[in-house]
Amino acid sequence: MGVSVLKPGLATTVQDTGRPGYYNVGIPPSGSLDQYSSLAANMLVGNGDDAAVLECTYMGPELRFDQPATVAVAGADLPPLLNGEPRPTWESFAVGAGDVLSFGFLRSGARAYLAVSGGFDVPVALGSRSTYALGALGGHRGRALAAGDELPIGPAGGAAPRRAVPEALRRNHPKHREIRVMMGLYDHRLTDSARRAFLETEWRLTPVADRTGFRYRGAELEFRDRDAPFGAGSDPSNIVDAPYPIGSIQIPGGVEPIVLHRDAVSGGGYVMVGTVISADMDDVGQSAPNITTRFTEVDLDGALRARHERAARLDALREAVG
Amino acid sequence: MVSVRGRAARHSFGGDDHIYVELDEEMNLSANFKVMAITSTIGDRGIDGVIDICPANASYQVRFDPDAIEPRQLLAELESIEAEVGDGTGFDLRTTVVEVPVLYNDPWTRETLMRFRSHHQNPDGTDLEYAARINGFDSVEGFVAAHSGSPWFTSMVGFVAGLPFLFQMVPRERQLEVPKYLTPRTDTPRQTIGHGGCFGCVYSVRGAGGYQMFGITPAPIYDPTQTHPDFEDFLVFFKPGYIAKFEPIDRDGYDELTAQVEAREFRFKQAPVEFSLGGFLADPDGYNRGLMEALDGS
Repeated sequence: MGVSVLKPGLATTVQDTGRPGYYNVGIPPSGSLDQYSSLAANMLVGNGDDAAVLECTYMGPELRFDQPATVAVAGADLPPLLNGEPRPTWESFAVGAGDVLSFGFLRSGARAYLAVSGGFDVPVALGSRSTYALGALGGHRGRALAAGDELPIGPAGGAAPRRAVPEALRRNHPKHREIRVMMGLYDHRLTDSARRAFLETEWRLTPVADRTGFRYRGAELEFRDRDAPFGAGSDPSNIVDAPYPIGSIQIPGGVEPIVLHRDAVSGGGYVMVGTVISADMDDVGQSAPNITTRFTEVDLDGALRARHERAARLDALREAVG
Repeated sequence: MVSVRGRAARHSFGGDDHIYVELDEEMNLSANFKVMAITSTIGDRGIDGVIDICPANASYQVRFDPDAIEPRQLLAELESIEAEVGDGTGFDLRTTVVEVPVLYNDPWTRETLMRFRSHHQNPDGTDLEYAARINGFDSVEGFVAAHSGSPWFTSMVGFVAGLPFLFQMVPRERQLEVPKYLTPRTDTPRQTIGHGGCFGCVYSVRGAGGYQMFGITPAPIYDPTQTHPDFEDFLVFFKPGYIAKFEPIDRDGYDELTAQVEAREFRFKQAPVEFSLGGFLADPDGYNRGLMEALDGS
């Protein structure tokens, strides 16, 4: 019983709200990169917030259901097909035993979340079902799905299909994004003109964009000269290895800023110049290669306001769907 | 000689949900010990809303839930804890000294380093030969003797799951320093003994890396399956503050220990110790001898 993986898709992993509390030993929070869409998918099928979903990156999997269930797809515009027939996103629908769920081509966004009533019931590791592939931890055998895998489904609450997220509460995926950041950390190591250039440049996301980090291209930024402190390394973009905030932006060698996401390396020796605010991490997670991005500066109060606005939107979603 | 340094900490918000604190720009054991003292105290306080407390080499970071605690209020609490802890010399760290068996110049890291020779400063020799030469040793044997002759302090755990950053417990003029690879490798064998800048490390998982590769240990240090005896309680072996001593072994010794690991019978030789920074700084070599006696008495 459960779901059989016929084709795995490009990088499909089991994720949930994440695994907080172990970053001090290098185990990152993991969890769905777009939490809003992941939570929406769970609400649509009547799950609690902590049920595990499948995060489908760029290309969806092909799955055979060995039991009836209610499912929903939210997030990227990755159109679901049930036995080859189109089904909507942001809306729950029924699948029967023996049905095959597959996906058409990605239209926009980067990651679609597939929720199933009852959740994907893989073993819990350190309090979470999220996959941390680098550490072979959580998810299905600690890795992305492969053909032939079988995923168990938990006991369902019995949600009816055809629940839908109202249009205004669905995410859209523009080709250009404004991502808000709080500058700080080591931004004083950038020259004044490089700091300005960082905020003014229209950056383009490179194909090096995965659960660990998102690498952008667009300008070269200069660091101030300095005498290398003992243990830091000689390049002016080096520091004594330090912790990396989730969402922090490092610029190794002054080229190609990298935004760390929920499978971040927990620390290292590169200068960080700021951090994406918590409210905008979902948007980074839905960024696909080639979209353009401007990093706009906000202060702590601006970041907290944005966080409250995001929470209010989640409340509205819960009101409308949950 | 290492000395106790007094510097003002530098605080920065990392977004709305992290506070980052740099205690020193340079690496030294005093700064790291202060990090240990401060982060243990933060942990003991059990502050509502704190999610992760990450001690690092000369800095630390707290990840928190801004819906549960106002960021500026948390910052004020951290500053008051830092003031209370002071230079950390009054803090005795209860920790563990552990022996890590190492097959230096092993066939697996050698095969890997040959594959990535174009990434290296010294394409005509091995990482060990390069490290020995630039640190002024006549032979690889002399370098290995220095590498395995003094213990190393775990000043940070991270990068990836369970990877210890190790800082050699000798005066600065005797510390081994080797630059990282010119460009990182895409592959490093699991349990490689690495070195970059002033830090040693043990690669906990296979993957990318930029540190020089000197050898390999048969002992797992990260076990997500938790089936090895030393991992019954937790999947990560090294904790910040652990003191490691490398013990050179030969190929027969390596094979024997590997058989023990595969039979799920291997256990690290280890002993509980209390580490005092003041005691260490006063007489590093004498203090280290005491640590080794504690280990040998285990």
